[in-house]
Amino acid sequence: MVAQNIAFGIIAAIMVVGALRVVTVNNVVHAALWLVLVLAGAAAQYVLLTAEFVAVTQVLVYIGAVMVLFLFGTMLTRAQLGKEKQLNNPTWYLGIPASLLLLGVMILALTSSFGDEKLPTDSELVSTQAISDQIFGPYLLPFWALSFVLLVAVIGAIVLARKD
Amino acid sequence: MFALLSSIPYWGQTILRLLGGAVAVLLPAGTIVYLFLFKMMSCMQRRRGPMEAGPYGSMQLFAEVGKWLQKEDLMPERADKFVFKIAPLVVLSSTFLLVAVVPFGPDAWFTNFEAGVFYALAVSSVSVLGILMAGWASANKYSLLGGLRAAGQLIAYELPMILAVVGVVIQAGSMNLQDIVVAQNAGSIFGWDGLGNPYLLTQFIGFLIFMIAVQAELTQTPFDMPIAESELVSGYMTEYSGFRFLIFFIGEFATAGVFAFIASVLFLGGWGVPFSWFGWTGINDVDNWMNVGGPLIMLTKMLGLAFIIMWVRFSYPRFREDQLQRFAWKILIPISLVNIVATSVLKVAF
Repeated sequence: MVAQNIAFGIIAAIMVVGALRVVTVNNVVHAALWLVLVLAGAAAQYVLLTAEFVAVTQVLVYIGAVMVLFLFGTMLTRAQLGKEKQLNNPTWYLGIPASLLLLGVMILALTSSFGDEKLPTDSELVSTQAISDQIFGPYLLPFWALSFVLLVAVIGAIVLARKD
Repeated sequence: MFALLSSIPYWGQTILRLLGGAVAVLLPAGTIVYLFLFKMMSCMQRRRGPMEAGPYGSMQLFAEVGKWLQKEDLMPERADKFVFKIAPLVVLSSTFLLVAVVPFGPDAWFTNFEAGVFYALAVSSVSVLGILMAGWASANKYSLLGGLRAAGQLIAYELPMILAVVGVVIQAGSMNLQDIVVAQNAGSIFGWDGLGNPYLLTQFIGFLIFMIAVQAELTQTPFDMPIAESELVSGYMTEYSGFRFLIFFIGEFATAGVFAFIASVLFLGGWGVPFSWFGWTGINDVDNWMNVGGPLIMLTKMLGLAFIIMWVRFSYPRFREDQLQRFAWKILIPISLVNIVATSVLKVAF
């Protein structure tokens, strides 16, 4: 049991509680704030894995941009104080098989590619240069493909917004 | 270089760093409020400012803190109690997280984070969450409007800020703030190293964009649409009183100080003096006295930049919401993109 494992356990427990609260709490803004806690926990886990750059990106993109936009959107349209009724989607139970399927795929992917391999406890810091070498070297094509997906999303947003 | 550090045990270093962090946040906040908000603003308006508490009113700050501590802690009846209470703490904690990467000397740093600048930009965006929480939880239309305006403004001005920093990162070849300081002080201008190579000269456009974005991120006039006291009472802070308001107030000026620290690291050479003055070639040669001199140099540069921020604040009228957004998206972002392209072309050419 190294210190990292204990820290991982504590943060993971907080994340699980937070994730459950996201879907059970009766207020949209509270749900979004619990989601912030879950995403911050993910950033903390990246720090434990000595992946600084990824952790910072997680904070910048998910907490600083995505969640702020979520909150901005809900507050601009409808964000009542206090409890709301009927927050659950009538087809909410369809989410259970979907999340179980995702869990299965992730377990399969992790066990088949890593097996019993363990991370060294004193693993070297993953430098930003190493990450950029990977992105602009062997993973250039997926990187471009992702950029195109984002570009499509941006153009779609502009088209939707200008249709007035 | 690590002679000073290695003589202190790890827990001792941790305590020193925590204390240093508290000083690095609170001291600039107090100095900015007294020197600029009290005295400079009074001077610009042909009055003397606070004079009663202590010589030249220098104890006025403590009197103010005592006043805020005595005030009643009010909360609207329909407010969301928990979110209302933690919102100011979220704003202040983002300031404390922000100062963690600023280096004050060869050994006087809190954490030597490799992705330092990137971390600073990411953490500074957390304060938006606190502002949105405060605006929503107050159960007040003015507060909510102020919170939404603040969020829109901070998102818009975060982009030019990040893009302005990219130029510095390209030129220094590192995102570590300590490396950026060394690169500037060990550098030379066409072979002449009497001044080092402060990026203020080569990245002047980046510096201008960064300072404008800082002004907007701090919601200081002319970018104070979210507070706009003549139309929104006090924006997202309207319902806060007593100690909770004090936390917002400290957060505002402490963040101004920390952003001025970061700007002085990025553009003015940070804690360093040009290394050629003392015959140093790299960070390993820097003498130990720089751990005391460095923070003083940083404080001086911080006060200079905070002076500019406050000077602009007291001089210009408020931007309208549409002017503010147009300025960010149509002027600052394109210019900073051009700046990045020009910097990378010149970096490859030289």
